[in-house]
Amino acid sequence: MNIVEIKDLSFSYGKQKILEDINLIIEERDFFAVIGPNGGGKSTLLKLILGIILVQKGVIKTFGEIPKKNLAKIGYVPQNTDVNIDFPIKVIEVVLMGHIGTKRPLFGYAKEEIMCAMGALAQVGMEDFAQKKIGELSGGQRQRVMIARALCAHPKILILDEPTASIDIEGQKKIYELLKFLNNSITIIVVSHDISIVLEYANKIVHINKRLTYHHLNKEEKERLNMAGHFCEVELFNILKGDHK
Amino acid sequence: MIEALSYEFVQNAIIAGLLVSIASGIIGSLIVVNRMVFLAGGIAHTSYGGIGLAIYFGLPIFLGASLFAVLSAFIIAFITLNHRGRMDTFIGLMWAVGMALGVVLIDLTDGYSVDLMSYLFGSILAVSHNDLYYMGTLLIATILIVTLRYRDILAVSYDSDYAKLRGINVKFFYTLILVLSALTVVVAIKVVGLILVIALLTIPVYIAEKLSNTLYMMMILSGIFSSIFTISGLILSYLYNISSGASIILVSALSLFVFLIFSNLRLR
Repeated sequence: MNIVEIKDLSFSYGKQKILEDINLIIEERDFFAVIGPNGGGKSTLLKLILGIILVQKGVIKTFGEIPKKNLAKIGYVPQNTDVNIDFPIKVIEVVLMGHIGTKRPLFGYAKEEIMCAMGALAQVGMEDFAQKKIGELSGGQRQRVMIARALCAHPKILILDEPTASIDIEGQKKIYELLKFLNNSITIIVVSHDISIVLEYANKIVHINKRLTYHHLNKEEKERLNMAGHFCEVELFNILKGDHK
Repeated sequence: MIEALSYEFVQNAIIAGLLVSIASGIIGSLIVVNRMVFLAGGIAHTSYGGIGLAIYFGLPIFLGASLFAVLSAFIIAFITLNHRGRMDTFIGLMWAVGMALGVVLIDLTDGYSVDLMSYLFGSILAVSHNDLYYMGTLLIATILIVTLRYRDILAVSYDSDYAKLRGINVKFFYTLILVLSALTVVVAIKVVGLILVIALLTIPVYIAEKLSNTLYMMMILSGIFSSIFTISGLILSYLYNISSGASIILVSALSLFVFLIFSNLRLR
């Protein structure tokens, strides 16, 4: 079964077309990267898959059903983790929010929920920070906590929107190594600007600018793009465009 | 000083001060972390229309003011959830219209020369037994709601987009926080008046926020600070024969000032 299946999808805000005739398939344990210019519709596509906004034309199925039915199976890491930094909240409490909360006790959190949240923190290597205030963490650490929050509900897919936008190079590398590790058991969908990093980790890459260009990069092309450690974005776009025509 | 405690109105004032302080500590924390201070100000001033209405129709003041405040909370919730861009315009409008409506209704009431000052700056020494019951009920309801739905309220306050993804009814809880704020604002008007109510809802909360790692710790600390400021303000107003509402706020502001100096010194 395909984990995500999109057929003839179009979407517009008012008269402005954001997405047009999108077709794509994401299979189990893909490391799926979405690249493209700002305003090209990447975030809109994510929101449609998540079921935050509703499909206007075409079909989206996650696990063979409409997206709204599968909220619990999808972990989401939003783009901006710098919001509300002053908020008086501990790391563990942020992670606990990831629970869908079906078996909740009358007051507070169930023991299993707390155990599970600590497990998620351990997965991202942040268990020592559980009792820290969220604002005391660095950008990269906060991003890990947000990934732990998404892992809390044991998702089958992890969706990340620009996970390394506000993190230093060293932190970016760590985040992607973590994602690679998680990819052993979970399907990963990531929207990113860091094309060179995406090339290194993703097994499928699509370029979205209203329309979608689907591309399997073979090894030869990857090497061409990474010639002598030098990376050329223009060339990548040319390859992807060529594929479309 | 001690003999003053034997007067019933002084006892009522102290009890009212404590009840309102604890309620405003809890709700003030929610108002501050949700960045709703301006909204609460709007509700406070709009509720003056309800006070006018209650006087005009001979209803209990708390009833009229509460109904009006809750109604304005619903309107403000609707505006902020649906037309966020024009929020400040609409709230400013309600702010002014509510006040104007209150003034006109009181003018129209035969033979009633109300002391406007007592609503603007509080009249804690005129708290009745019924007022105390109302404040007590509100406080218990607030504690129950906040405790039982703590995780939802926390999730909505910290990251409403994510809360929505987890299936939490964000609009409901946002509106609930505003309605509780409205009810708390109405009882706080009795203690410090509607001009000063925002200070009571923010100053102790601001100090507590700096000292807390969690939202519930912030609520508890705010309640404690608020109680200390209110009682100290009351004592000062008795000793120097000054307005109680204003002296409560000045005690709070002075404490904030001292706190800021000390916390800056400690950072160096």
